[in-house]
Amino acid sequence: MSVSEASRPERTTTEASAWETVIGLEIHAQLATKSKIFSGSPIAYGAPPNAQANLVDLGYPGVLPVLNAEAVRMAVKFGLAIGARIAAHSVFARKNYFYPDLPKGYQISQYELPIVGQGAIEIVLEDGTKKRVGVTRAHLEEDAGKSLHEGLPGVSGIDLNRAGTPLVEIVSEPDMRSAKEAVAYMKKVHTLVRYLEICDGNMQEGSFRCDANVSVRRRGAEKFGTRAEIKNLNSFRFVEKAINYEVERQIDLIESGGKVKQETRLYDPDKGETRSMRSKEEANDYRYFPDPDLLPVVLDESLIADVRASLPELPDQKAVRFSSQYGLSAYDAGVLTASRELAAYYEDVAREVPNEPKLAANWVMGELAAALNKDGLEINGGKLPATQLAGLLKRIAEQTISGKIAKEVFEAMWASGADADAIIEEKGLKQITDSSAIERAIDEVMAKNPGQLADYRSGKDKLFGFFVGQVMKATQGKANPAQLNELLKKKLQG
Amino acid sequence: MSNGIHRKTLAQLAAGLRAKEFSSAELTRLYLDRIEASQPALNAFISVTRDQAMAAAEAADRDLAAARGGRLAGVPIAHKDIFCTAGVKTTCGSRMLDNFVSPYDATLVAKLKAAGVVMLGKANMDEFAMGSSNETSFYGPVRNPWNTDLVPGGSSGGSAAAVAARLAPAATATDTGGSIRQPAALCGVTGLKPTYGRVSRYGMIAFASSLDQGGIITATAEDAALILREMAGFDANDSTSVDTPVPDYAASLDAPLAGLKIGLLKEFFDKGLDPENERRIREALATYEKLGASLREVSLPNLPLSVPAYYVVAPAECSSNLARFDGVRFGHRCKDPRDLLDLYKRSRGEGFGAEVKRRIMTGTYVLSAGYYDAYYLKAQKVRQLITTDFTRAFGEVDVLMGPTTPTTAFAIGAKTSDPITMYLNDIYTIGANLAGLPAMSIPCGFVQGLPVGLQLVGPHFSEAKLLNVAHLYQRETEWHSRVPERYA
Repeated sequence: MSVSEASRPERTTTEASAWETVIGLEIHAQLATKSKIFSGSPIAYGAPPNAQANLVDLGYPGVLPVLNAEAVRMAVKFGLAIGARIAAHSVFARKNYFYPDLPKGYQISQYELPIVGQGAIEIVLEDGTKKRVGVTRAHLEEDAGKSLHEGLPGVSGIDLNRAGTPLVEIVSEPDMRSAKEAVAYMKKVHTLVRYLEICDGNMQEGSFRCDANVSVRRRGAEKFGTRAEIKNLNSFRFVEKAINYEVERQIDLIESGGKVKQETRLYDPDKGETRSMRSKEEANDYRYFPDPDLLPVVLDESLIADVRASLPELPDQKAVRFSSQYGLSAYDAGVLTASRELAAYYEDVAREVPNEPKLAANWVMGELAAALNKDGLEINGGKLPATQLAGLLKRIAEQTISGKIAKEVFEAMWASGADADAIIEEKGLKQITDSSAIERAIDEVMAKNPGQLADYRSGKDKLFGFFVGQVMKATQGKANPAQLNELLKKKLQG
Repeated sequence: MSNGIHRKTLAQLAAGLRAKEFSSAELTRLYLDRIEASQPALNAFISVTRDQAMAAAEAADRDLAAARGGRLAGVPIAHKDIFCTAGVKTTCGSRMLDNFVSPYDATLVAKLKAAGVVMLGKANMDEFAMGSSNETSFYGPVRNPWNTDLVPGGSSGGSAAAVAARLAPAATATDTGGSIRQPAALCGVTGLKPTYGRVSRYGMIAFASSLDQGGIITATAEDAALILREMAGFDANDSTSVDTPVPDYAASLDAPLAGLKIGLLKEFFDKGLDPENERRIREALATYEKLGASLREVSLPNLPLSVPAYYVVAPAECSSNLARFDGVRFGHRCKDPRDLLDLYKRSRGEGFGAEVKRRIMTGTYVLSAGYYDAYYLKAQKVRQLITTDFTRAFGEVDVLMGPTTPTTAFAIGAKTSDPITMYLNDIYTIGANLAGLPAMSIPCGFVQGLPVGLQLVGPHFSEAKLLNVAHLYQRETEWHSRVPERYA
């Protein structure tokens, strides 16, 4: 927590609600093409500095850009997925500024005529209500390289491996009203680009990041306040923290008689604060103009139709189907469709236990998700194949084991990789469904606890649970719970 | 080697090599010697690549002996120093690239290499092709072989002077606003600027990308036809190159001109045109009438706006294209930069000459917020109008003709203090660049011992027709075969 935050008195709800936050996001998603957007260099992450920079990426005299058609297809795919108008004619423009990691002295981007026009993305808020966030546009552009300072005393290094990496920049309308909404929107876009397989979504490597435009205004005011742009946020947590910090900063500033300056700010995750990078006055005049080295991108209907036909089932469509097909709540359907891999896993499990879709959902979202999370693994990592989990659920469904025993079996499966049946067999965990065996256990427990038995019979109904526990203990938890209930009730009544 | 071989055309040299009348090594040595002897007087070359040239010539001779090799096997030529040549210094006439050895060949260079040509060296030029007199070169001005007190024109001044003095049978060149045609006219040689997109720009150091076009300077139209066939064609590395088949330009050189409709560009016969120059142009037109062509006057009302439009569009593109010369990865870097800004300022301040700086500043200005619409956008609209004017004219006539330049070659230093006067030297040539049209300049006589150029402009991809029209004129006249006495 920063000093200013610490010394600031807690803002009361009434005070806070006098202000309205307005947020727009510019999301940069790195496209999962094999090569760069204007050259044949590969874009794999983590190569030694400048190992993936050819003469075009280095901006050598005489070289020319050639557009990667796959990047265009991916942008079109995104546009179609958000119901946006795809431009039949879009234009690459040069954004001119000097920086050592920008080899040509300009970035090739799109300016007046982007490839993807207006669209919208629906997000679900915490209280379950839905909200539509407008997308102003999405355009193609190349990424810049990186300046390196660490381990190079007295000099700066430049790594141009990233220079020319294809990006789609997704610009939202200023439609979000809280950091939480902004995060929900960003997560939704994250889900979408991975569904479409146009971006790996890796935020740590910078494949998916955003700039947040944040302003505040008095509730009811028509005009937007002056905004600050927070650059390069590469985690959902940072987006939330940076926006919340910035909102507080702006409100404090205005309430103490100051004015918000239009400027670019950087978020410092270590200090949890944003700080000024450059003001509007210092901002570059980018001198945009159409890039004469590249022809306008002309898309015919057949290409658009072709891309449309290649669209997978999208998260919203999938969630609706999950609700109706599996009888899941909207919430569960939403969680299970958050990634294509998770949804596929769930469906693989559900297919094998066709009468227990809810059981499958609970296990996938519960035990499995927790175990994956604990070990930092991905669902598609192969740790516990869907058939194995289904094997366990089958035994629960047919009452071979109880839910409680199942958790024990799951842990053993997770640790050893063995199938549920092998573990049940080996550990003798099979549920006792033989009535006489259960009755014997009940008799023993009743004999050992005459005091409790007398109390129960004199009206202390609550002791029923005690007897269940004792019988379960005696059977090492293997007694079929339903049978146990029924038999125990009978026996206790005498 | 016997005298007079250097007077042969490139077509004759290619045939002679095949007939084993002389070897490529003999020919190459002859031209290298002529270049070296001429350097103190003409300064037409920035680099002479003798060792590479001799090695390439010997390789070509082996190919010729084995009846292999490309159509131009063993023919020596010069490259304008704007084209990147692998392993050879490529300066673009600038201090900025004085230390730049290109790691790759331009597509045009590679294609000509594949056709078998031998590179003699790199021709001098105006810095970054910005100039009309070859006086902006960091390597000093080129002098006109017809009178060394005069300019050869620019920016391809070295290429034009080299062919005029027969230091090479042909030299590659580039034309952004007249940089092939104007020096060809002032040096009395044949210059061809192809249609925009006909020849790949990959490896040609960019000045103004939407206007730049590689081409060729030769003694004759026939020679230009032979070379264009080798260097034209689609290039996957240049998105603006056009994918249309490359014809055998030489095949149609002799097609009769009967019925050819020639349009005289009314706007070119203005008061700026020197009366003696005009007389030579009119005489050439009369020759065409004799060949069966008909003449009619054609007006392109927006053409007088071409110079202002050009001097917005070209500097705008140049200001961006030249941003990569920042002292970071290649080219000139200032000594001991204090910080990044100092590195940029001094590297660029020291590396670029005055004319380049003037255009970078002009271009930066016209693209700036608040000025973009008034200048750049307006200029693009004018450009569209000029293109429409040409299209309308080509609905009526097959080819447009007029002077290439208002006057013959001017004195070195005469126009350097006044950039506007210098810019107006391109008044007749810029229109074809703005519209992306193919155009030529061919010698059509002399005024006081100095050559005059006739300009031909055709519709897009009409190079075969232009070469045919030029060739038939050259069959009737001998202006193109005249060589300055000292180099005869």
